[in-house]
Amino acid sequence: MLNEIILAGFGGQGILFAGKILAYGGLMDNKEISWLPSYGPEMRGGTANCSVCISDDPIGSPLVLEPNYLIVMNTPSFDKFIGSVQPGGKVFVDSTMIDKKSERDDIECFYVPASQLAEENKMSGMANIILLGKFIKETGIISIDTLHKAFEKAIPPKKANLIDVNMRAINIGGQV
Amino acid sequence: MERNLMKGNEALAEAAMRAGCKCFFGYPITPQTEISAYLAKKMQANGGVFLQAESEIAAINMVLGASATGTRCMTSSSSPGISLKSEGISYIAGSDLPCVIINVERGGPGLGGIQPSQSDYWQATKALGHGDFQLLVFAPASVQEMVDMVVKAFDKADEYRMPAMILADGLLGQMMEPVTFPEISVEQKPKPWACDGTKMKRKHNIINSLYLQPETLENSNISRYERYKKIKETETDAEIYLCDDAEIVVTAFGATARVAKSAVNTAREQGIKAGLFRPKTLWPFPVKEINEACKSAKNVLSVEMSMGQMIDDVKLALECRIPVSFFGRTGGVIPKPSEILEEIKKLGGAE
Repeated sequence: MLNEIILAGFGGQGILFAGKILAYGGLMDNKEISWLPSYGPEMRGGTANCSVCISDDPIGSPLVLEPNYLIVMNTPSFDKFIGSVQPGGKVFVDSTMIDKKSERDDIECFYVPASQLAEENKMSGMANIILLGKFIKETGIISIDTLHKAFEKAIPPKKANLIDVNMRAINIGGQV
Repeated sequence: MERNLMKGNEALAEAAMRAGCKCFFGYPITPQTEISAYLAKKMQANGGVFLQAESEIAAINMVLGASATGTRCMTSSSSPGISLKSEGISYIAGSDLPCVIINVERGGPGLGGIQPSQSDYWQATKALGHGDFQLLVFAPASVQEMVDMVVKAFDKADEYRMPAMILADGLLGQMMEPVTFPEISVEQKPKPWACDGTKMKRKHNIINSLYLQPETLENSNISRYERYKKIKETETDAEIYLCDDAEIVVTAFGATARVAKSAVNTAREQGIKAGLFRPKTLWPFPVKEINEACKSAKNVLSVEMSMGQMIDDVKLALECRIPVSFFGRTGGVIPKPSEILEEIKKLGGAE
């Protein structure tokens, strides 16, 4: 099973980090994985995106063009990627940042006010992880245990105190 | 062995240190800057030297100097930067010095773009500078091969006293994949030619690429080509995938080969007898291996991120016995599996 994921938003929202956490999750589950960031002019324009593949088989192109999952945190990225999602795919929208709804009826969209929830829970800057929590709950491609290990691996030891905060954000997203 | 998640550029830099690289001279350019950044952080603690030169030209000449002392050394850049280094690379080849040069290619010509490309194939395999010389050219297709090939490049460069290049691209440099680091023996063969001090016990060595007597220069070139002859016989390497009964063989290297492999797999699912030939060494080109891979082929399709460069070597190697078509995207555009599949179908359509 090949899971192809695009994460997209503004620079500074932690898009690349959230993608890395997914990739580390795949690593912990001994899956084949790839993570590819955008590094082109679109970065300078303020948007960031990354492609993550998680699969049982070796991965061909790491560049995802038609994702089966989309995690999206700003309107320009929503407009850019919503049409490319495979039929039957799932989309996770930060509805604090994006006040649009998809008109497609062949995909499933989850609207999570992630930025607002982050604010309310005094977790400024962690909307990405809250949205990731919802993603994990709805897709089940990574278990909560694996995710914990992924944070342990991705966060350097001197910042280990951040693991708990991240797991709290995951739980908040999972309860939406 | 522990699986790490690393960017291609960073994994390559780590592997170079483990392979005994003690000097790195570089100058920043997207999309390879992570190599410099990684070595800037780690090289000193590993007992080596990291130096950001004032220019690409300075960096490659520092490599010449360091290599002359017998030290394992490396430089890295991306397409426009490699063009700047070409004079120094010719001098290094003319001086019979080993070194490793990394090219994480981007679109060209000129300043081009910063997205992945393979349009430096001709430059790397035919003419990276003036004069009669070749480089060993390795073409990784995964982060793991970025590691394995850089280790091999150091060994082979030393063995044949010539520069070796890793011809990667922005996709391989920027992507993260699981990677393991092999156990590497740090023992290196002695370099009796090196300028590392006579200790008053031997005649001094001279490293030089200037020979004003034509016969002397001719002999120097002839002896270098004797080594090239041996390399062509023994150092070729390629991956041959599903070619046993393949009627259409796709040839592709590096990141493009990953995309091509996906297309070949889909073609097979649809009952088309397709296979993939992927050279891992671009010079020497795996002539014997491609003929083996194409033994039942009726059509060959060269897929590249360029306007068509490797296709020349494919035709030469097959002596034009099999028709060779081309599909490519260029300027930083990565071909889609579906586009390659369409081309495969066109070739199979006559059946």
